[in-house]
Amino acid sequence: MSFERIDPDLVELDVGMDEILINVGPQHPGTHGVLRVLLRTDGELVLGAEPYIGYLHRCKEKIGENLTARQFIPYTDRLDYLAGMNMNLGWALVVEKLLGLEVPEKAKHLRVLMCELGRIASHLVAAAAMGLDLGSVTPFMYCFRERERIVDLFEAACGSRLTYNYITVGGVMADLPAGWLERCEAFCNEFEQVIPELHAVLTGNAIFIGRTAAIGVLSPETAIDFGCTGPVLRASGVDWDLRRDGEPIYTRLYDGYEFRVIAETEGTYPGAKRHPPVPQAAVVGDSWHRFYVRMLETVESLGLVRQAMARYRDSESPCGEPVKLTQKLPKGEAYLETEAPKGQMGFMVVGNGTAVPWRVRIRSSSFSNLSVLSELCRGGLVADVTAVIGSLDIVLGEVDR
Amino acid sequence: MAEYLTQYADPRLANVIAALVHCGLLLAVAVGAAAFFNWLERKVSARTQDRLGPTRVGGRFGWLQSLADGIKLLAKEDVIPAGADSPLFRLAPYVSFSAAFCAYIALPFADGWVARHLNVAVLFILAVAGLEVFGVILAGYASGSKWSLFGAMREAAQVVSYKIPLALCVVVPVMIAGTMDLVAIGNMQRGWLTNWFLFHDPFTFVTFLVFLTCVVAGVNRSSFDLAEAESELAAGFLSEYSGFRWALFFMAERASMVAVSGLAAILFLGGWNGPLPVATWLHLVPESGLLAGWLGNLLGAGNFLFKCLVGVVFMMWLRWTLPRLRIDQVMTTCLKYCVPLAAAMLLGAMLWTYALPGGLLPGGRPIGEVPEGSAAVAASERGGR
Repeated sequence: MSFERIDPDLVELDVGMDEILINVGPQHPGTHGVLRVLLRTDGELVLGAEPYIGYLHRCKEKIGENLTARQFIPYTDRLDYLAGMNMNLGWALVVEKLLGLEVPEKAKHLRVLMCELGRIASHLVAAAAMGLDLGSVTPFMYCFRERERIVDLFEAACGSRLTYNYITVGGVMADLPAGWLERCEAFCNEFEQVIPELHAVLTGNAIFIGRTAAIGVLSPETAIDFGCTGPVLRASGVDWDLRRDGEPIYTRLYDGYEFRVIAETEGTYPGAKRHPPVPQAAVVGDSWHRFYVRMLETVESLGLVRQAMARYRDSESPCGEPVKLTQKLPKGEAYLETEAPKGQMGFMVVGNGTAVPWRVRIRSSSFSNLSVLSELCRGGLVADVTAVIGSLDIVLGEVDR
Repeated sequence: MAEYLTQYADPRLANVIAALVHCGLLLAVAVGAAAFFNWLERKVSARTQDRLGPTRVGGRFGWLQSLADGIKLLAKEDVIPAGADSPLFRLAPYVSFSAAFCAYIALPFADGWVARHLNVAVLFILAVAGLEVFGVILAGYASGSKWSLFGAMREAAQVVSYKIPLALCVVVPVMIAGTMDLVAIGNMQRGWLTNWFLFHDPFTFVTFLVFLTCVVAGVNRSSFDLAEAESELAAGFLSEYSGFRWALFFMAERASMVAVSGLAAILFLGGWNGPLPVATWLHLVPESGLLAGWLGNLLGAGNFLFKCLVGVVFMMWLRWTLPRLRIDQVMTTCLKYCVPLAAAMLLGAMLWTYALPGGLLPGGRPIGEVPEGSAAVAASERGGR
């Protein structure tokens, strides 16, 4: 006798005579990590797709119950490992919200600087991986060449290329070394020359457009129903960005910064004059738009980096002092969502008066973004599954925690 | 060579020895080409991607990298999946490689430098190269894996479909030449650059471009490599192959790339004739003597190999620049674009040769003039049919 409750929506049930059940992953070059997608196909046509996750689950939330707030920062690095700075910020801010702490001016600008550089780095990987999924290997190398420069900057600032442990509760770990700002300036100038190259080889390429336009169209209602956030949501036409619309403790960081929220309004994107136009075949909410939003956001982040550098130079205060390692957390809970490169990352911390939190909860943006995969892949071809996964830009470290 | 050896031995033995020598030379060319183009691909892909490529094995340019790769592949463990159909699994790479290699039998490298001088060389090459897809289908089926099956089915659809516009494109230069004999076609393009069939008329020029597309699709290269699409199918029909078996598929692909580049060179780009008739200026022609003729042929073979190189580098360039087409887009390109275009070009070329005999530029050959050695001449000698 079986005690399992069979979910009638399972892809594996009632497989027809001429249908195949095929596993994409967990070891697969096109799934951005250890993700298994079970496809039910009729030849090349996908009738059902179901993502299976958990291959990278590392019990982060449970670990958080055994470590103090500052000790947990390196674990946040490994969530979205392509944008460690943004993950650090999310956790640091929520603990500061619980503690009622405010960091000095200089630390705020430093945080914005690092987070926006991290956003550029993350979007570069997204563009690279999407090109790679569609068979175009060269943009991967170009994007990673630029990412190497950013990662070298991070290494100079905090000693590590991928897992930074830099933005911490109370400020940042250390101030910038001498000459860092000049190097960053040089990077910004060089990177602006590279963006047209990437557009030529990806955004405006006819084959790329043929592979992504009108593929995986996500309507705004579906996006909101499934909890999609970030570029995925904005590419569907919803004008929502937490850096502008979020909680004050987060939007305070971006006070006085000028940037555009990249969401499509009336057929155009803000600030898109210097970029390739939207092709005829593309539909709002398809993979091409998701890719385009990330490209435009990269340019916005570049502007934010320049502003942050200028404001950092002008500010006088110290760059913050990390709280004690054994800082006690007051009783109560705090939840905060921040605009990470891949979407809205939420962190919750429940304190119980000791240094170690009672409960840590991480709301992962990629988890919700991935959940819409089964809706998007249905009715497409097998080759479109990788294009859609690439455009959703998920990272399994975040999905599985 | 067989005729030369009959002076010294029994005719059948002479034929066998000649055949073995030819096979040996061609195998050297095919395998050598595979190794050389492996190195070239790594360098070309590296430079396209703003990096260097092999720089350590065998000097500053990594010349011996291909050799090292070959040794590594030979030394690998031979893994056959438990669910695989063992005899077919083992057979598949050999079918592919044999088919790709057989195309060289009728491919001339210079005037008279061909393993078998066939009157129907073009037909033979197309027919034999089409057998390569059998190896792929066998591999996909026999691997016992759904992903391999996917890749094999895509490949079957793609390669077989593209043979149609390929055949249509090939008919155009054959019609202009009046013969399927590749040696004769090559000889007709002797002289200046303008004698090349590419510049015969605008329709042939467009046909060449369509031919390139069909040929790239037919050898599963660049944007049409969805049968072995790495990021989608984890190497598709090749996923269960490793070591020497994989190396055979790889060599088959490289060999067919060179063979179709050679075919393109002879049919459209003048074959072994350079843009300027240097051999004639230097009197390196058979009329001047045996050695001079041989040197002229050597120069011609060099020309031919250079054109093959250009074709292969072009295919590599495409691969590392462009993304991959989806199977339905590949089939659309074939059936909705390549076939009508090739048919229209065939019609246009036919009308052109009728209306403007001699081609676009002065000094061309008028229609009806059949050169020596062609099938039409042989037929007319036989009885005027």
